[in-house]
Amino acid sequence: MWTKIRERLIHTFFLCNGMIVIVVLLGIFAILVSKSAPAFREISIKDFMFSPQWNPTATYVAPSYGIRTMIVSTCIVSLGALCIALPLGVGTAAYLSDVAGQRTREIAKPVIEILAGIPSVVIGFLGIVLVGPAIAGIFHISNGLNALNGSILLAVMALPTIVSLSEDALRGVPKSFEEASLALGATRWQTVVRVKIPAALSGIIAATMLGMGRAIGETMTVLMATGCALAMPKSFLDSVQTMTATIAIELGEVPYDTTHYYALFAIGLTLFIITFIVNMVADIVLHKYQRVIK
Amino acid sequence: MRKNTGIIAVTLLALLSGQTFAASNTIQVKGSDTLINVVQRLAEVYMQKTPGASIAVTGGGSGTGIAALVNKKCDIANSSRGIKSSEVDQANAKGIDPKRVVVAIDALSIVVNRQNPVDRLKVDQIGAIYRGEITNWSQVGGSNSPIALYGRQSNSGTYDFMKENVMKGEYVSTLKSMNGNAQIVEAIKQDVSGIGYVGVGYAKDVSADIKILEVALTDTIGYYSPINALDVKSGKYPITRPLNQYIAGTPGGQIKDFIEFELSKEGQDIIEQDGFFAIPEEYQRYNDQVLGRSSLRDRGAIAASVNDPLKSD
Repeated sequence: MWTKIRERLIHTFFLCNGMIVIVVLLGIFAILVSKSAPAFREISIKDFMFSPQWNPTATYVAPSYGIRTMIVSTCIVSLGALCIALPLGVGTAAYLSDVAGQRTREIAKPVIEILAGIPSVVIGFLGIVLVGPAIAGIFHISNGLNALNGSILLAVMALPTIVSLSEDALRGVPKSFEEASLALGATRWQTVVRVKIPAALSGIIAATMLGMGRAIGETMTVLMATGCALAMPKSFLDSVQTMTATIAIELGEVPYDTTHYYALFAIGLTLFIITFIVNMVADIVLHKYQRVIK
Repeated sequence: MRKNTGIIAVTLLALLSGQTFAASNTIQVKGSDTLINVVQRLAEVYMQKTPGASIAVTGGGSGTGIAALVNKKCDIANSSRGIKSSEVDQANAKGIDPKRVVVAIDALSIVVNRQNPVDRLKVDQIGAIYRGEITNWSQVGGSNSPIALYGRQSNSGTYDFMKENVMKGEYVSTLKSMNGNAQIVEAIKQDVSGIGYVGVGYAKDVSADIKILEVALTDTIGYYSPINALDVKSGKYPITRPLNQYIAGTPGGQIKDFIEFELSKEGQDIIEQDGFFAIPEEYQRYNDQVLGRSSLRDRGAIAASVNDPLKSD
């Protein structure tokens, strides 16, 4: 009797815990929608998404609320980060799981994971004093605060996630796959690249998407290192201002319940939708590959 | 054992009450990044002189400071610009009557890299550069290289001051928005084609790699430098502005005491040591009226006499 009640209670407790996550997520979504809806009474959705000008505090011309350049900026900084972090991350993971000895791995993996604990403001500072001047010197440009700087820093921030989870995925590949490949006369390189990485692909993609999620939402680093110019970037060497940076800069001083205030929430909503789509796509890809392997 | 517990409990209680006491008496000062360093120094000296006084100074930009004052999150808002009428309306709606005290004078300095051959600019040229109408240094007598614009973020009072008093128009979108005066100075040190604007207190001591431009309102008046105290005080340097503190209503108690320290000879000396300028007599009279100080100075026609060199706010 008592055991039964206890079981029921424990069951309810865990159910509640699970529900809380969903309630919080829906709550955040509801707040974002309700706070950003009033913005669209004064701005058309088309202007908001596609007009190139963002200047809500304009006094000499009409205020404008176009976020196109910010969306492009966020995308190129994140994609740049992905292009740097993915090969490095998967390479490191393959090294740790297949090449490195036991002791090297036991030291290297925790060290890489510590990298994830460095506060983003510190990374941003490194972007100003270290990466920025280096970029300026290499490309012979006058200033290194640009999209490339942001991409490099975000890649560094995403690396621990990608390395750690990819390594887990590679180690999770059944030993028999490796043995079969080696027995057929494949070299170790061929085994890693053609057998193990494809077999672990779903895990690697999941790891990459988690890293990417951090990159898209990262604020302080890009605020400090990308130069924050609202012009449409023409290359990786132009200064950009991401959506997160705009919210961080402007939300502190915006008068409440104005179009500008609601527009900032609308940027937040757009960001939420973008990350949601990224996660959805990752999920679909993941399931597809899992089925292939089975 | 029980005795010990009693002692510990009493000590804890004393500590706790002491903490809450101290916390409730801390004066929160928030706002302008131009004023933050100098107000921090003023606060340090004041706290040394006044036992029990506690002042916390934070930055975030003038707009952030005034928003905090309106939302009752701080006691004193540092601001390098005048309060906007929309902000006064918000404050009034919350039952706050913001009062302004002028604590220092700043000469907004236009800085370029030491290697830039340009030494002087007119105010309307600076405006055209930031509006994006002049894009190459050769258009203002320099070498043939595109101008890289450095400015502040939109929560900065200096950003607004430039827009309303120098540019009289909107910023071009290629402006790189920096986090504070110091970051602009750092960027200009490295960027040979850059131009930036900072409070004079930030430009004075770092003249190794950067150059402070001489500025003229028109050709006939002539060019003047913001580091020459005489030219700034006489109003010949064209881009000067009062640095303000806003308080919710007429101040009293410790807040009033601190502000009076800032305005005293000692406080004004600290302000001059930090590179800014002491307030002239007309602002002193204005402050006396705000603080309700009895003064031997002539108190007639006070508000009318307060004219900012470029524009009154």
